Amino acid sequence: MPERLMPTPLPAFGPHLLSLSGMTQERIVGILDAAEAFLDVGQQSVKKVPVLRGKTLVNLFYESSTRTRSSFEIAAKRLSADVINVTPSQSSVTKGESLSDTVKTIEALGADGIVIRHASSGAAEFVAERVECHVVNGGDGCHEHPTQALLDLFTIRKKKGRVAGLTVAIVGDILHSRVARSNILGLSALGAKIRLVAPPTLLPRGIDRWPVTVYDRLDRGIDGADVVMALRLQLERASGGYIPSLAEYSRLYGLSREVLERHAPQAVVLHPGPVNRGVEISGEELFCNDVAILDQVEYGVAVRMAVLYLLMGGRGEESSLLAAGSRGEGL
Amino acid sequence: MNPADPSRQLLDPPRVDRILRRMAHEILEKNQGPAGLYLVGILQGGEPLAKRLADLIESFEGIRPPAGALDVTLYRDDLSGREALPLLRQSHLPLSIDGKKIVLVDDVLFTGRTVRAAMDFLVDFGRPARIMLAVLVDRGHRELPIRADFVGKNIPTAHDERVLVDLAPGAESVTVVRPSQGDLHA
Repeated sequence: MPERLMPTPLPAFGPHLLSLSGMTQERIVGILDAAEAFLDVGQQSVKKVPVLRGKTLVNLFYESSTRTRSSFEIAAKRLSADVINVTPSQSSVTKGESLSDTVKTIEALGADGIVIRHASSGAAEFVAERVECHVVNGGDGCHEHPTQALLDLFTIRKKKGRVAGLTVAIVGDILHSRVARSNILGLSALGAKIRLVAPPTLLPRGIDRWPVTVYDRLDRGIDGADVVMALRLQLERASGGYIPSLAEYSRLYGLSREVLERHAPQAVVLHPGPVNRGVEISGEELFCNDVAILDQVEYGVAVRMAVLYLLMGGRGEESSLLAAGSRGEGL
Repeated sequence: MNPADPSRQLLDPPRVDRILRRMAHEILEKNQGPAGLYLVGILQGGEPLAKRLADLIESFEGIRPPAGALDVTLYRDDLSGREALPLLRQSHLPLSIDGKKIVLVDDVLFTGRTVRAAMDFLVDFGRPARIMLAVLVDRGHRELPIRADFVGKNIPTAHDERVLVDLAPGAESVTVVRPSQGDLHA
């Protein structure tokens, strides 16, 4: 059968998704466009497409996670892959097996891809250096959480029609947030204006070199913003001396109906979840604003399907993202 | 065919128009009218064709059958073998296909693998009453037991030739290109 696709691939997608660092606008848009097509799979009566049939994805989660792990699991299953969840509490890790040995064992079992979440920054890269199969970073320490940022970008694009030129206020614990870090990389690649709103103790060092504007007051920080992204305050930080008390943090940086109505009535509100009710977002009732937190979950599945498809859909490690000229001429 | 001329245009705009009118009539005849018909074009070539057939059926009968489009990329059987992944396009089926008489529409029928993928896709979407196939050009070389219900023109081709279909309104053409000159993709 003659080859009918224009062989004009974009630069290789690479075998892994570890970080959004250095990822071009073109590449990110390619992933978001693919996610758009995968969104439809959720509408089919049989919510499956056969692209990863016969491939195995292992979710290796050293940190607790509900939505990221189940999102990856559903995404992989909708692509017809087989999914195995490995949680350290039920595995040889409790017997003292090293990360390196664990991932090599998983690979030897025949995994085609590993999604790794780990409390140590750089864990995903560490794993990628040691295995031949595809590695997706599902969150590593305070470093990055690239698929969360991609789904945030996708949600913003769905809600606002674009990302470029929008003002995005990221509110909360920037210092410990891998979600913030990946989002800043992704948002700046797509040309958004980024504001960080946080107490000085929750900002990382060297923030002045980032492409962001820093605000320490919530009302000024979100004033006129198109998107307000609340971060989860990791409650253990309250005892770490970073904030005086939860109540004070909530009073100064918690998003409430009043403050959003007054300063950012048009804003889409995002949160990576899980939400600490009464801390980052006050009150049980949701706001008049467009709160996209549940849309984010749905879009997350489509974005992860796109990522897994682009990494694992083609032939082995050669897989790359082709974007042009697939002129179907009666195959 | 003149061996000196590596490409031959086989159909011009008036012929394509007459062929499409005939196909629309055949579809209506076989289905006893437009009731329950649902045209589904296979992206990309089949989509404009499905719209044209829907236009014609509307002009004959006063009722426009729904027309959708399928991107069968995710159902192809050669995905895992390729280095570069094809661009995904969005499928859109405006209405449920359950119980409908689906006419899959494509520009060229070749190996039949695209049609196989499209049928698998449709079955994942719902349960149509029946699935038929309409193609503008049947060029032979089937690799699967698939045959079209409505054929615009049978064009015998060599396996390595390419069939180019242009459906730009008023400038429709079907051209067969021999690989020596025509293999732009090499």
